[in-house]
Amino acid sequence: MSGWIDSILQGILLGALYSLFAAGLSLVFGVMRMVNVAHGDLIVLSAFLAMWLQRVMGFSSTFLTLILLMPLMFAVGYLLQRTILNPALGEDILRPVLITFGLSVIIQNGLLQAFSADSQKLHGGRVEVASIALPAGLAVGTLPLLTLVVSTALIGLLQWVLYRTKLGRALRATSDDLSTAGLMGVNTPHLFAMATGIAMVTVAVAGVFTGIRASFDAVSGPDWLIFAFEAVIIGGLGSLWGTLAGGMILAMAQTTGARFSPSWQLLAGHLVFLAILILWPQGLFPRRTE
Amino acid sequence: MSVQTEWGSVRVEQSSRASRMAAAFAALLMLAFLSAPAWIDRGHLSMLMEFFYFLALAQMWNLLAGFAGIISLGQQAFLGLGGYVLFLLTMQLGWNPIAALVLAGVVGALVAIPGALIVFRLNGAYLAIGTWVVAETFKLAFSEIRSLGAGSGISLPASVARAVNLGPLHRDTVLYGAALFISLLSTVCSYLLLRSQAGLALTAIRDNEATARSAGVNSLRIKLLVFVATGFGTALTGALIYLSKLRISPGAAFDINWSSYMIFIVVIGGIGTLEGPIVGTIVFFLLRQYLADLGSWYLIVLGAVAVVVMLKMPSGLWGTFAKRYDISLFPTRRRLILDRSALTSELESGHASAGGDCE
Amino acid sequence: MSLLTVSGLNAYYGDFQALFEIDFEANAGEVIAVIGANGAGKSTFLNAIAGNVKGQGNTVQFDGEAICGLRPWEIVRRGIALVPEGRRLFSSLTVEENLLMGAYAKKKDAWPLARIYELFPQLKLKCKQPSLSLSGGEQQMVAIGRALISNPRLLMCDELSLGLAPKVIHDIYETLAAIRDLGVTLIIVEQNVQQALTFADRVYCFQEGRVSLEGRAAALKPEQVSRAYFGLDGAA
Repeated sequence: MSGWIDSILQGILLGALYSLFAAGLSLVFGVMRMVNVAHGDLIVLSAFLAMWLQRVMGFSSTFLTLILLMPLMFAVGYLLQRTILNPALGEDILRPVLITFGLSVIIQNGLLQAFSADSQKLHGGRVEVASIALPAGLAVGTLPLLTLVVSTALIGLLQWVLYRTKLGRALRATSDDLSTAGLMGVNTPHLFAMATGIAMVTVAVAGVFTGIRASFDAVSGPDWLIFAFEAVIIGGLGSLWGTLAGGMILAMAQTTGARFSPSWQLLAGHLVFLAILILWPQGLFPRRTE
Repeated sequence: MSVQTEWGSVRVEQSSRASRMAAAFAALLMLAFLSAPAWIDRGHLSMLMEFFYFLALAQMWNLLAGFAGIISLGQQAFLGLGGYVLFLLTMQLGWNPIAALVLAGVVGALVAIPGALIVFRLNGAYLAIGTWVVAETFKLAFSEIRSLGAGSGISLPASVARAVNLGPLHRDTVLYGAALFISLLSTVCSYLLLRSQAGLALTAIRDNEATARSAGVNSLRIKLLVFVATGFGTALTGALIYLSKLRISPGAAFDINWSSYMIFIVVIGGIGTLEGPIVGTIVFFLLRQYLADLGSWYLIVLGAVAVVVMLKMPSGLWGTFAKRYDISLFPTRRRLILDRSALTSELESGHASAGGDCE
Repeated sequence: MSLLTVSGLNAYYGDFQALFEIDFEANAGEVIAVIGANGAGKSTFLNAIAGNVKGQGNTVQFDGEAICGLRPWEIVRRGIALVPEGRRLFSSLTVEENLLMGAYAKKKDAWPLARIYELFPQLKLKCKQPSLSLSGGEQQMVAIGRALISNPRLLMCDELSLGLAPKVIHDIYETLAAIRDLGVTLIIVEQNVQQALTFADRVYCFQEGRVSLEGRAAALKPEQVSRAYFGLDGAA
């Protein structure tokens, strides 16, 4: 019995990581109806940048690199959106998908060239290995717990920005009606770039947390994109809290599947995703009807 | 076929001089390709075979994305499926490899039907990633099948490889012929489809699905048809590819890079045209020749070229060229030709119009 | 004193030319009505001034400054606001949020919300409701309020009366009169010719992308207007 509870608990904690992956994806899709196929690869890029920053700056813990990494990734996202992605947006949904797919291939192979195909891991310090004991013989690692706290806080922060600030109001208005938002004085190319910049900040956090938690390599991107994507779809489009829930449901499916056999972990997740897609195509907590 | 109207007689014309010239040239080329095994060495023959199966894959991806508006990042699911079905049929059920090829295609078509029902619930970019997820699921599932080598894959025994020899024809020739045939088939089928009524419907869907629906076009049925047909073709091609490679593994057969290649070829060549994939495959092979030693740089360059082309020349190399000079080698567009000699003087002073293009 | 001067404006949607050599002038404090049949180019004209449709060259001058080619968000900062056709409220925003969006461009001299609520008391009660849950007339008020809150010198209204009951239209025009009295210059595109002629100082009639008639509302004869409206003078 405690084995099952453990699965669910681990699922919730893992799910927090998945929703970190997914938050940026969800935000960008909500604002500009675009899916960045290179999203997962950008998380990998963040992880590699964190590794490089830690080496260069001599930090004891990778968490400290976030101070530099977050503004750096914001700038990357802003520039990417203004130079490549804004021109790609338009009536044709084909172009952004293909362009970001091309970007994905470029980033992956660029990382392969720069860092080889070797597996990497980030070092978070003591929080990585410590754990807290719970009743019934269960234990939670402090890292997963920290991930849960950070993930929830981040999504809460994004919600706050969206619903309580002028910028957030502009983001929602622009996603409703692009040209009318322009009439109100919203510099839409700049605003889209802000949205992508913010998304890249979440990507930076996601990269550091996942790099500390488990090993990764230059081609891990697509796997993470798929987790992010599944979390968003399960949770329902247009809702950030839904994405948090979606990530946890996905992770719980995976941890439950892992109980039967390690190779069933990923498969169980995909099957649950496909099942939800068939039964509830809008997701479990959609905010808007698309 | 000519119709009498009050402005004179109007007829619909499908071929142009450029396309008739191209047809003649293509016939000559076809003779060259058919006789290739006789005068090309084995190494180059093998490369030509690769050319044709990449062309086949590209034509099918183009039909899906360029005409039916379905961006699939998961065609490798069918490709790998076709490969594995071939291995299963030949190794474990003793089937003749050529017959197994065809059946692999049929299995692809059958799988496409429930596949479509799942995946069509999504739209646009989400559909694209959804197909990728399905392909990943296939990869994971096939990694579990012990009898087919599980995660590390399996090799085709020599007996099966020998069975590909068809009488006097060596297996290399047979495989080459099959690849040529499949690429011809996919090109011709796309061409015929687009020339037909269904083709007009597809172009309408591509241009504006909502409007097409309101005009009575059953877009769902047509998209399903295209999805199943490309499922058949891609699985068939996958079976051929792995029959020639003699070894299959889930990581290779269901690799996303198959989609990368298809996309890059079609995008660089010109999406939504029949000539585009041909041009794209040529460029792809040229790049491969020159960048082969550069490892990852090869894909970086390919990716960068695709991104730049998509941003600056969205119609691709062929598409941009064709638009500029208004050429179409495959006559799929219908042109209205007005017989001017029958015009009255009243009309000539007002609104005389020459041919117009109805796409 | 001329606030807005348009000379020889052409506008295109792709290859299709929607406006041909439009000359237009609005003086400060005036109310100008733009009438014409559907597809005559009236909305295109307003959108061209607002920057949503690409005009060409040095053809639009606002308060002495050439604004042609500027992006919409740069134009609203200079004091031109548009109430778009069909209202186009932001569907996922509340009434109040919609109004606040109108003030996005103006940091300092925007109207305070309270002033908008003074003008439209009904909106104060419903300020936290989703904007699309309001009636057509109330939505129109939100759209006007949203444009007004940016404290424009020129307010352009596109088809305000579309789909609204006569009583509601009457109320809206009363509000417009109050806005006019504040010194705001108004350009009103109106399908309802009678309404337009009664309210406006001057009238322009558009027909197939060209100006077919222009003059003081009081001085125009009904037959003149009909002919211009339908293009019976061969003005096209």
